[in-house]
Amino acid sequence: MKELEYPFDGEYILKKAKSIKKALLTDGSKRIVKKIAVLGGSTTHDIVKILELFLLHYGIEPCFYESEYGRYWQDAMFENEELAQFGPDVVYIHTSNRNILKYPSLDDSEEEIDGLLLKNYEHFRMMWDRLRETYRCPIIQNNFEPPFYRLLGNKEASDLHGRLSFLNRLNELFYRYARENKNFYINDINYLASCYGLDKWGDAFYWHMYKYALCLPAIPSLSFNIANIIKSIYGKNKKALVLDLDNTLWGGIVGDDGVENLEIGQETSMGQVYAEFQAYVKQQKDIGVMLNVSSKNEEENALAGLNHPDGILKPEDFVLIKADWEPKSRNVAGIASELNIMQDSLVFVDDNPAEREIIRTQLDGVAVPEIGSPEQYIRILDRSGFFEVTSLSEDDKKRSDMYKANLERQKEQAQFGDYQEYLKSLEMVGTIKAFEPMYMARIAQLTNKSNQFNLTTRRYTQAQIEQTAKDDGYITLYGRLEDKFGDNGVVSVVIARKDKDILHVELWLMSCRVLKRDMEFAMMDTLVSEAKKAGCREIKGYYYPTAKNKMVEKFYESQGFVQEKQDEQGNTVWSCQIESYKNKNHVIEVVKV
Amino acid sequence: MTREELYERLNNVFREVFDDDEITVNDATTSADIEDWDSLEHINLVSAVEQEFGIKFTMGQVVTMKNVGEMADIILADSRK
Repeated sequence: MKELEYPFDGEYILKKAKSIKKALLTDGSKRIVKKIAVLGGSTTHDIVKILELFLLHYGIEPCFYESEYGRYWQDAMFENEELAQFGPDVVYIHTSNRNILKYPSLDDSEEEIDGLLLKNYEHFRMMWDRLRETYRCPIIQNNFEPPFYRLLGNKEASDLHGRLSFLNRLNELFYRYARENKNFYINDINYLASCYGLDKWGDAFYWHMYKYALCLPAIPSLSFNIANIIKSIYGKNKKALVLDLDNTLWGGIVGDDGVENLEIGQETSMGQVYAEFQAYVKQQKDIGVMLNVSSKNEEENALAGLNHPDGILKPEDFVLIKADWEPKSRNVAGIASELNIMQDSLVFVDDNPAEREIIRTQLDGVAVPEIGSPEQYIRILDRSGFFEVTSLSEDDKKRSDMYKANLERQKEQAQFGDYQEYLKSLEMVGTIKAFEPMYMARIAQLTNKSNQFNLTTRRYTQAQIEQTAKDDGYITLYGRLEDKFGDNGVVSVVIARKDKDILHVELWLMSCRVLKRDMEFAMMDTLVSEAKKAGCREIKGYYYPTAKNKMVEKFYESQGFVQEKQDEQGNTVWSCQIESYKNKNHVIEVVKV
Repeated sequence: MTREELYERLNNVFREVFDDDEITVNDATTSADIEDWDSLEHINLVSAVEQEFGIKFTMGQVVTMKNVGEMADIILADSRK
């Protein structure tokens, strides 16, 4: 819904919250349900109300637990049946500098201030540890915004007695905890308040009137920020940028003006703006965003523009470059299918409002930000939170290279008449093992991101993955695939539960980047041999249809299973007698458990 | 701005905030007259009224306002400044 996309009108959202919610709930989209506990150190009513809208917009239907006013700490620290029964998927702790227990006074010694700092920190750390132990779910914690007055003026920041200094040091301790503990995320209200304007954000009216720790009109900015973290945890980030060229990545039209007349580089102020934008886009690659081009241009001109000596982006930074005169809607849809990702994983960036409107109306789910004028491009893309980073795996950093290697493979495939011969020529090596600590983050990420090659679409947090890995009642497998073009990383995950001599496959997923490589057969061969070792005689597989996983409807049939049941929703149950199972992988060399 | 014009705009704000096109307010209207008007919605209402008329109530005003009529008085007085 456009009203909920950055840059949004917060006051409009607050005013129309009821009707926006109605519209979202009746738009017919399918959503995952998540239980979110909001523990507040101040009023949270409207924060929750607006957070719900942003989450619904992101395809998440939240149910909320809201602590009584100001009771965040008690709710977390003491026996709490209601919260335990609720069983949160995420805990959000909304505290602010209004919740500081005690600030230093001017005659405190350095040691006393350090002690006070630790006391305030421990108050929070104990609560986080306790929450992690009890609920084993992601925790989102506000840092502290700057105080709205400065007793010591400019010295407030550097003098240890200053509240500003104190809050900054406390924040640093929070960040250290975030670095050392997985599944713990900082909601950076310090940055938000400065973007919004501290004088407005910290307007004391709202504290004394309603016990809000921020001004009411800023609440949508806060809720949007929380929603971005949550949707990122649940794998709903965007994956790729599709960029226009003329007047988007450089000033001017390369076909008309010629490469030498483009505005890019340090010569002119407009050139500098575009160069800074190109540098920003290039950095996106490092966090795993795939860069692509869709431009109405002769390909030759497009490449010439990208090879401009003062440009930062070069043709090799992109996975796909579509420069032709086809309608952009066709090219953008083509990019999604060639990359094997869903259309709703794309962000389309184009200075031309007409092109934006075409994509918005013709391609469902593609994000099309109103990017404004060139000097605003970075801010608008950045604040939109399309690629909000909650975990950064090695895979993310290499993603572009992996997709490019895939395109190389496709070229090579075209040269082989026989598909098996082609597969053999890839010299594939698979590593298939039980879950290992170094891959837990990636495994959890996959369970939340994979939609298409996913038989049951069960989502797991990293904590749940770690729990399952430790449990003797389960067989877990991850599969990693390398070949002569490169390493695909961890691409397949299986979780199966033992029930006497029957093994139930509760999760089976594979990344679409290794479709048709027989990796699923190598995985099944390994699963069967592990099942045998565990004394199982039968494997049961389950397929639960969703809007996105039709491609695996016949998965178990292809694995030689027999269908046992089908219900009205199309859920099917399959069975395989281990005794009669025959190995199917002949093309991947497997490094085993 | 006449009092009638003010009420026309005020009615729109109430209708939007409470998502109910039937609402019509007058000088005597209080929170008791509108079902969803509780202390939490009051916050949004005040903010939406401020936005509509481009004004900012002081704390003293918000605390003492007893009915919609008093709210209208403040808005009118402010608009004559």
